[in-house]
Amino acid sequence: MNWISNVVRPKIRSFLNRRETPENLWIKCPDTGQLVFFKDVEANQFVIPGSNYHMRMGANARLKSVFDNETWYDVALPPVAADPLKFRDERKYVDRIKDARAKTGMNDSVKVGYGKLEGSPVVVGVQDFDFMGGSLGMAAGEAVVKGLELAVEKQTPFIMFAASGGARMQEGVLSLMQMPRTTVAVQMLREIRKPYIVVLTNPTTGGVTASYAMLGDIQIAEPGALIGFAGARVIEQTIREKLPEGFQRAEYLKEHGMVDMVVHRHEMRATLARLCRILCKAEAIKPAEVEQPAVTPPLLDLAEAPPAASPP
Amino acid sequence: MRSYLDFEKPVAELDAKLDELRTLAASGSDIGDEITRVEERASQALVGLYANLTPWQKTLVARHPQRPHLLDFVGALITEFTPLAGDRKFGEDEAMVGGFGRFRGESICVIGQEKGATTENRLKHNFGMARPEGYRKAARLMEMADRFNIPVLSLVDTAGAYPGIGAEERGQAEAIARSTDVCLQLGVPNVAVITGEGMSGGAIAITTASRVLMLEHAIYSVISPEGAASILWRDAAKAQEAAINMKITAQDLLRFGVIDEIVKEPVGGAHRDPAAVIAATGDAIAHALDDLRNLDRDAIRTQRRQKFLEIGRKLG
Repeated sequence: MNWISNVVRPKIRSFLNRRETPENLWIKCPDTGQLVFFKDVEANQFVIPGSNYHMRMGANARLKSVFDNETWYDVALPPVAADPLKFRDERKYVDRIKDARAKTGMNDSVKVGYGKLEGSPVVVGVQDFDFMGGSLGMAAGEAVVKGLELAVEKQTPFIMFAASGGARMQEGVLSLMQMPRTTVAVQMLREIRKPYIVVLTNPTTGGVTASYAMLGDIQIAEPGALIGFAGARVIEQTIREKLPEGFQRAEYLKEHGMVDMVVHRHEMRATLARLCRILCKAEAIKPAEVEQPAVTPPLLDLAEAPPAASPP
Repeated sequence: MRSYLDFEKPVAELDAKLDELRTLAASGSDIGDEITRVEERASQALVGLYANLTPWQKTLVARHPQRPHLLDFVGALITEFTPLAGDRKFGEDEAMVGGFGRFRGESICVIGQEKGATTENRLKHNFGMARPEGYRKAARLMEMADRFNIPVLSLVDTAGAYPGIGAEERGQAEAIARSTDVCLQLGVPNVAVITGEGMSGGAIAITTASRVLMLEHAIYSVISPEGAASILWRDAAKAQEAAINMKITAQDLLRFGVIDEIVKEPVGGAHRDPAAVIAATGDAIAHALDDLRNLDRDAIRTQRRQKFLEIGRKLG
């Protein structure tokens, strides 16, 4: 292991393998096995045409799908201590982080965007599963806190797209501390009486579901998303029986009263916009305006946040 | 019958020798000096061992079957304890004990996991692994305490929330999130004491407190060493290595600012002298509650929130 293999090679790899254009142009639907053209899936918001299987969506693609004119401000996120535990398992944690950064181009698993949704300002947090399983460590916790704080400052709703395997074990109890920390921030938004909407995407489990991802005023799930606290393997080992079909899936959670609705990705933006407007008592948008959105007026000045370059 | 942990073997051998010598002495042999000498060696061996416990050894001590559990603490520290049952939504969960009583004369709400001491009791309390009903009961009692302006004491000792089909069906994640949420809303002080194991979300749900205390050999972590080993090393046998890497000891966590205070245990661990550790815990709780006594409701909430928001921010 040296600088070349740890830093340079992953960077070159990531340069050659941008996530938006994978080498394999055809992908297999995990549900039906049907082969589909990747470009078609991408153009369809990463939903497989035909089977309606919702693939995972990267943070940038998600932000693009929510904001008006696919434009938003990337919110600068506070730096955090790197590897306070000096953790190493089979590899050093700092090396794992480096690889994840090279692979995703993200600094950590949560991104926060500020922009407009059908004309109304909104702050959106997105957790990217490709970054170490979307795990919740200090950086992600701080990002969620920052997103909620910004929503409080701007008096806007906060929408959180959750996707996570749970706490980041390499940060030990400091990752556990993100559960109460993010909850504090949720309470701040609650106190100014602005809506907090959670969208649970595939998969959301562990400490993330057991904190901010289950505390929304509105809980939405994407079809087929795996959502739960304990992992299926742990449960099977504990109770020594097979789990029922559909266990911990979005539809199962809805049946058990844990989410308000299961929403197809194509309907997501309209649903979020409608909920935000109703809960914030904004006027309804006339159908004509929805079809032909006006050019977004200049956003409020966010000194530390340069506008996101529109992804290619 | 005293049970020894593997690493206590040198002490066990000396204790066995002492027993022999005492039997001999009882039958008339004049070996008083020898007994004193071996006693001295045994107690030095114990001091030596416990002064340098590894994180894995602490894990074993924290899980020692004879370590005092919630009901031992409550029995000794709380008078007129009145347990209350049920979450008013689905059921009663005896893994999470809760109720009201008096601590040093003043009203207090007590919640926490009980692991059980006998096989029968362990089953009854589900080994201290609560289901959603347990967390919802805890939240209900905390809210009641808040309404009547009564402080809350959490005694934390759990290997984690119970992983089962029913628990998932009834929203284990939501129950834990909501209980943490309630902890952070309280306008009354809450003090949490991690007495044995404080594992994962199952612990944090009631450990989000104005003051977090931890017994000297207790452990507190996002996942058990075995769990971390099987996920990160893909080998449960690497639990010792995981225990070291995860920084789960009270001493590490005090350094990180995750806990506020360590309660000293008697030499040889809490299980060798439960009365002493319970008394020390009582003093530490009283001290923590005194510190928070004159704060108004807003100040209590703000202090707790700020404390958690600051955790980790000053680590380099």
